[in-house]
Amino acid sequence: MTLHREVEYAISTNGLTKTFGSINVVDGIDLRVPRGSVFGFLGPNGSGKTTTIRMLLGLASMSAGDVSLLGHPVPNGLARSLPRVGALVEGPAFYPYLSGRDNLNRFDSADREADPLTRTARVEAALARVGLTAAASKKVHAYSLGMKQRLGIAAALLQPRELLILDEPTNGLDPQGTREVRNLVRSLANEGITIFLSSHLLAEIEQICSHLAVMSGGSLVAQGSIEDLSRSGVINLTLVTPDTAQALGTLRSLGVDVDIDVDGETLRAQLPAGQLAPEAIVEALVESHVGVKSFTMEPPSLEDRFVSLTGEGFDVAR
Amino acid sequence: MMFRRRRTWAMLATIALIPIALSVAVKLSGAVLVPGSGAPFLDRVSHNGLFVAFTATVLAIPLFLPLTIAVVAGDTIAGEASAGTLRYLLIAPVNRVRLLVVKYLSAAVFAAVAVTTLLLTGLLVGSLLFPVGPVTLLSGNVIPLSSALLRVALIDLYVTVSLLGLSALGLFLSTLTVVPVGAMAATVIVSTVMQILGSLPQVTVIHPVLVSYYWLGFADVLRNPLTYGSLMNNVLLQACYIAIFGAFSYTRFSGKDILT
Repeated sequence: MTLHREVEYAISTNGLTKTFGSINVVDGIDLRVPRGSVFGFLGPNGSGKTTTIRMLLGLASMSAGDVSLLGHPVPNGLARSLPRVGALVEGPAFYPYLSGRDNLNRFDSADREADPLTRTARVEAALARVGLTAAASKKVHAYSLGMKQRLGIAAALLQPRELLILDEPTNGLDPQGTREVRNLVRSLANEGITIFLSSHLLAEIEQICSHLAVMSGGSLVAQGSIEDLSRSGVINLTLVTPDTAQALGTLRSLGVDVDIDVDGETLRAQLPAGQLAPEAIVEALVESHVGVKSFTMEPPSLEDRFVSLTGEGFDVAR
Repeated sequence: MMFRRRRTWAMLATIALIPIALSVAVKLSGAVLVPGSGAPFLDRVSHNGLFVAFTATVLAIPLFLPLTIAVVAGDTIAGEASAGTLRYLLIAPVNRVRLLVVKYLSAAVFAAVAVTTLLLTGLLVGSLLFPVGPVTLLSGNVIPLSSALLRVALIDLYVTVSLLGLSALGLFLSTLTVVPVGAMAATVIVSTVMQILGSLPQVTVIHPVLVSYYWLGFADVLRNPLTYGSLMNNVLLQACYIAIFGAFSYTRFSGKDILT
């Protein structure tokens, strides 16, 4: 564990592996979560995301590899790193016969580093942050799924944290709730907290993350900043024109010779990113008297990238 | 924590019902029992209300007290695991060994509270319904009421200690599963099987190592001169159970994958 890694990464793993029976549920992954990033951890259901998170937090043992969490090794350094980590793992869990407030008191008193003198204030602040002050005295068994989810996030915010690990934090939330969580994550990130956000909802990740890793079948198939990941790909070109035949010829003369798909007046093509400037293409089209009704060039959506990395359909998970 | 659950109070209330039902039944029947008939000490209840506490203890020890201990001890780890709160306690973080110790201590506190509830209710109801006075011991000596109350405190200690080994066993069974009812049932089964073995003269050789061996031995405290031999042997036996099943629990739980 070099000093460099400690400073730079909130989470870093080398060859992290979990074997159940003869199957590698997590298969030698090297995660690098930069400090201060909002790190999206994507993957279909069953791709090993939650198992990875359980290993990061020391809940499950690793079959091979090593993990550094906030600069401390797992599991031996967990007593030092965990007080600075807030986490929501595979849904919230509470004592149903206690109120929301008492559940937070209970978890806070379990943390020996938490100061009992400031407990009341910290619990109230966490409840206020997720908008549960009014329902704080209700027993948790009367909470809706969304309220439990928010209480789970409040539990993760009881102490000043350096890292938040949120496993599917918007599960069960209505659109308003989802939006609230997104805003909360943004404001926490602005405070400099590293956020590690696992999800299978691309829209959620795309809107708030600075970095991304994609799991598929237990392996990490992509990792990097959002810009890096979209730059490495291709550009989708869409042209709407009444003169499709003429346009086809012009495009081919420019070297766009890969599959051009014509659908009525719409032409679609993929070209390597950075090969041609959009203005150059439009200029050539206009010069050859192609009527351009609409022209766009944009990187593929994250969803396209995701599907191209993890495969189509429901049977992608092992 | 435990005492914020309705279940705990329901069990304590049921424990309190044992001496109440017993006293009411004796009072209503009005019949004087032939000495030595019925449950131990039952024939003395109508002469001295203190014996309500002793009789109730004899009645509760084989099944009811172990049952409530099994519910509490079997729930310790498995209950948290099935609710999912175990993972949040561990990342709070709570050290796993400390969690086991705290959980065990809470089960031990419940044992003490349950036994005390039984005895105090017995004393209270007995003194309300029957005359109370100097107690004739099993050895024939008569001791004043104040000394008798001291003996009741000793019985409280004796019976509580008797349940500590079973609590450790329940804790261990609770680390094996995420289904609390499974751990509870298994604890009751072990307690019952041990008592059955304890009643079979063919296996006398294993009797001294059964967790239930001294369960009914608390009556030794009701003799003069007062000797602590049986109590000490019981402490030693229960300590062995705590050591063995504490070690098993630690071995099982310290490296366990928490997947719930």
